[in-house]
Amino acid sequence: MKMKWGLAIFIAIATVLLVAVAWVQSGGVKQHAMFSATTPEQAVQSLMSQIQSRNYQAAFASLDRSSDNDLASFTREMAGSDSSLRTLSPLHADNDQAVVRLRMTWSSALGSLDDVRDVHVRRDGSVWRVVWPKLALPNEPPQVVSVNYLRWEVIGRNASQNWGAQDVDSPKVRITSMNAISRPGRVVIVGEVENEDTVPAYLNVNATLLKADGSPIEEEGSFDLISHVLLPKQVSPYRIDFPGVRMDAVKSVRMDARALLVPASADPVIAVSDQTVSKDALARSVLQGKLVNESGRPVSIAQVLAAYYDNSGKVIWVSDGYVDQALMPQVPVPFAVDIPDDIATRLNNYRVIVNHYSQQSSN
Amino acid sequence: MQRTTLNYLAGYKVLAVCALLCVLPGLVAAADLQVPATVQAGQGFSISAEGSGQATFYLIGPDHVVKRTVNLGGDLQVQSSDVHAAGRYQIILCGSPCTSTSFEVKAAQPAHLSFFLHPSRVPVSTHDSIDATAFVFDQYFNLDLAAAAVDFRVTPASGAGFSRQVPARHGVSTIRMDSTQHEGPVHVTAALGKVEEARVVQQVAAEACGLRMKAFPGANNTIIVETDPVRDCSGNALPDGTVVSFTQVDKAGKSTVDTPIKKGIARAQLSVRGSAQITVACGVVLGNELALSGRL
Repeated sequence: MKMKWGLAIFIAIATVLLVAVAWVQSGGVKQHAMFSATTPEQAVQSLMSQIQSRNYQAAFASLDRSSDNDLASFTREMAGSDSSLRTLSPLHADNDQAVVRLRMTWSSALGSLDDVRDVHVRRDGSVWRVVWPKLALPNEPPQVVSVNYLRWEVIGRNASQNWGAQDVDSPKVRITSMNAISRPGRVVIVGEVENEDTVPAYLNVNATLLKADGSPIEEEGSFDLISHVLLPKQVSPYRIDFPGVRMDAVKSVRMDARALLVPASADPVIAVSDQTVSKDALARSVLQGKLVNESGRPVSIAQVLAAYYDNSGKVIWVSDGYVDQALMPQVPVPFAVDIPDDIATRLNNYRVIVNHYSQQSSN
Repeated sequence: MQRTTLNYLAGYKVLAVCALLCVLPGLVAAADLQVPATVQAGQGFSISAEGSGQATFYLIGPDHVVKRTVNLGGDLQVQSSDVHAAGRYQIILCGSPCTSTSFEVKAAQPAHLSFFLHPSRVPVSTHDSIDATAFVFDQYFNLDLAAAAVDFRVTPASGAGFSRQVPARHGVSTIRMDSTQHEGPVHVTAALGKVEEARVVQQVAAEACGLRMKAFPGANNTIIVETDPVRDCSGNALPDGTVVSFTQVDKAGKSTVDTPIKKGIARAQLSVRGSAQITVACGVVLGNELALSGRL
């Protein structure tokens, strides 16, 4: 009899333990913390850890009911869609002071992307809950958008033809401006380059810093701080960084713009609207605006390149930023790129162009 | 006959021939070999070899060497295939003693033109912008150094064509030309006798000139800005795909649209909020400016 009671108690304790382990493993602790957050900090931290572990359903369940959001919109905002950069990114988050300011750093194949936003946290009885308003994305009605922009194809010279057989020349490009500036810990070459030809060009700009005796110090290319594909008469800013080089060691700069004739498309056209220079939530100078894809094809990844000019019209800085959302046709998408404070004070004018990559075609 | 090209000669054979060439001038007697002073490429000829018995015959040319055993006392035949390459040849006949002589093979009649026309695209009305260069070769692809005159015939898409004869210097004939005022293909033919080579250079519109735009209302508080047909200073239409930039500055900030020309015209749609200034540019060329005071 005594043994029977002992066995029953043992089974009951074992069952409770197993249930507890299962609860912990299924995120019960986090969920409990989330649903019983006693401070705004706890609420935001719990929400971010759920988003980080891609448990969007649990994260959405913890939001305040006044959020007026839905699971699909919330998941789309957090996880991304249409092959945008956010689709590729795991999230790392930490909370800022006063809990309402949140700085998220997204890791992407193209580097880290910063997102600073103010979130409201609301007390729900004894529990704090985050208010996450639904992202107001204009939804274009289903429609057929005709795309009839030009496309260039290239038929090159046949290798079996005789010496002297005619070929098509490479596009003619011209560096219209170049400015060498000294930045902390580096020398930077900024300027603009124009495709003067009537055919598209794939362009690379390289710079070689030279000493007083003409010997090279270092050679660098513009990498992604340029629009590599330039349509006829299109102008792109470029920036070439030379980390670890001091300006007083440089006597002259040798520039080299190399262009190749490549197949290209004039589509899509991306408008850049409402560009303004202002301060962001962290009091940094930023150039912000909206991108509008005027084509009928989604643009998966967009890169904003901005050139800044002083009073004399000289390029004094070039900055860039990737947009973590895909550009759907006709839907404005905000962007912001940093401007160094000393540049912002001398800034007189600026110009923005957009590089793009679409999943269907890289052209 | 044993004919051996340099490609197949073993290294020691080449060295031996070179050594022979170095030593022979000291050994040979006065030239007993009678050869023409100049020979045209691809034309065989014979030389008389006095004496009797057998000797070794060497023909050393720019691109190959011939060695064979010959009987003295008759004519020695040099095959046409042995003198295809133009240049200096040396004949060495080694019996007892060795004798040698040399002769020049010159290019045959012009049979090929290698014609370079550069660039393949050129803006209209540009001075000295087209470079046409013809290299004159015979049928064996020897550069013909004789002073032949190459006839360059230029036929533009519109307007009268012209022709210019340019004597070749050292086998090369070259001219520089201005591009004409009208866009389109320009056919350039280099001709020498019955030999002709044709190329095409595409004349394209130059920079935009007198760029102008106009604006009219669009749907939903937008305006449509549209250029007049975009032309250069000679009146040629800039090709479709050329990028035109529209910039609007209003109270919301600056908005830009880089749009390609379609059917000769660039067009963009801009949102209007109050008064705005709109400018247009194509490359480094600025167009007119529009000032909107809230409505059109």
